[in-house]
Amino acid sequence: MGLFDHIINVLLDTIRDVIPIMSVIIGFQVLVIKKPLPNLGVIIKGFILVILGLAFFLVGLQEALFPLGKLMAEQLTDPAFIHGTVVDPAQAINWHEYMWVYIFAAATGFATTIAEPALKAVALKASDVSGGTVSVRGLRVTVAIGVSVGVALGTHRIVVGAPLHYYIIIGYLVVIVQTFFAPKSIIAVAYDSGGVTTSTVTVPLLAALGLGLASTIPGRNPVIDGFGLIAFAALFPIISVMGYAQLGQWRYRKQMKKLGKQRQESKHGSDK
Amino acid sequence: MIKLILDYLGGYLGFLRGSIQDLLPIILVIAFFQVVILQKPIPNLGQLLVGALLVVIGLALFIRGLQISLFPLGDAMAHAFTRKGSVLWLLLFAFFLGFGTTVAEPALIAVAGEAAKVAAVGGMIEYTEASMDDYAFWLRLTVAFSVGLAIAVGVMRIIKGWPLHYLIIGGYLGVVIMTAFAPEEIIGIAFDSGGVTTSTITVPLVTALGVGLASSIKGRNPMTDGFGLIAFASLTPIMFVMIFGMVI
Repeated sequence: MGLFDHIINVLLDTIRDVIPIMSVIIGFQVLVIKKPLPNLGVIIKGFILVILGLAFFLVGLQEALFPLGKLMAEQLTDPAFIHGTVVDPAQAINWHEYMWVYIFAAATGFATTIAEPALKAVALKASDVSGGTVSVRGLRVTVAIGVSVGVALGTHRIVVGAPLHYYIIIGYLVVIVQTFFAPKSIIAVAYDSGGVTTSTVTVPLLAALGLGLASTIPGRNPVIDGFGLIAFAALFPIISVMGYAQLGQWRYRKQMKKLGKQRQESKHGSDK
Repeated sequence: MIKLILDYLGGYLGFLRGSIQDLLPIILVIAFFQVVILQKPIPNLGQLLVGALLVVIGLALFIRGLQISLFPLGDAMAHAFTRKGSVLWLLLFAFFLGFGTTVAEPALIAVAGEAAKVAAVGGMIEYTEASMDDYAFWLRLTVAFSVGLAIAVGVMRIIKGWPLHYLIIGGYLGVVIMTAFAPEEIIGIAFDSGGVTTSTITVPLVTALGVGLASSIKGRNPMTDGFGLIAFASLTPIMFVMIFGMVI
């Protein structure tokens, strides 16, 4: 299939995906609100840009990045690469032989999250609403670090074959405890960032990595283990975003304490 | 159409630079692992470059488009509904927005088909095309319904000013408890469907709707009350799919 045909196909798919959203909006606008939208022209123009942009973005990913990423995931999880030689499956698996797989998982998780358009949208809005206190780049990097830690741990889990639900349960318990201590203003954004990370760019590559790992390691079930990585990618950004805010709060408090102390000391000094 | 693209690309070189920065980490990761670790040449370099260029242009157009269209649209709808003052219509709108954007989501259709296969292999349903299609269809409806419900409940929360964390923690506890009891095959699929429901176009629209509502209703803080709709939308499918797995 030529590039041009591919673009047209994806463009048609994108338009089809947008139709339900459009019909809900138009339906409610015409039947319920009964008032014309302000700047209708600009909004339509913007919608066209969104559809075109998304189509180009998807075609670019599918043409180049996904095939190569998937190929690399297969090569890195290939037993011949990991053990240096072809080993018999009966041999015990040493989890540290998979070091490059973990590093690849972490790097891929980080890089794909940075490119995730939905995360950029939430970050732009959060920065806007918070008046710049939450920076667009800061939030995205924090989320990306969370994803990279999460998927590295997720691949390690597939290698050692530990049950998925222990990790999930412990992860959510950490989130619950953190919620009580994190600054109130960040909690909602943190929860949202868990949902947006598992989107267009991240999911296909992670799924390929999980499937590659699960199908080369004896005793793993590709269906269960391939999916599990995505759960990790959705859970850890919540922890990292709240953690980052907590760190900021803690440093702020420490600084205030220090400042207070200094002020007291200088007061004592002037008394003498 | 081409003029429109060039207009925006030319006028907004900053957006282009931004999207190059967004893509750079992926390029670096690929180059490093392919050349240094796997020690293989990069295959189809030309195709890779064309793809990367398309990604960069696409991202730039998308971000520009959402700033002039999806954000103002979500915001305008939020204000219009607040002025109208009808909670029922707002909740219906929220439900249909969630339901409508999810039910036709291609990623969800793929996941539902995969789930039907797992269920058939696991002996939960008959291994026939008809029963698998049936299973996939109801699973899709379940997920779409749960997302619609999530956005509606999330909007209700913004109106009433309920604290987000109690609802979400309650939801997470529900997920944790259910994870311990649900059949193992369904768990991965449940979490996956939580991820696929929040598509790239829905996220900006729903975020703008939430923030717009929180800033037009007196006494609500856009930062603490406006966000959280996405969190609901990725939580409820996990619960509903696990329930679906336990019932069937």
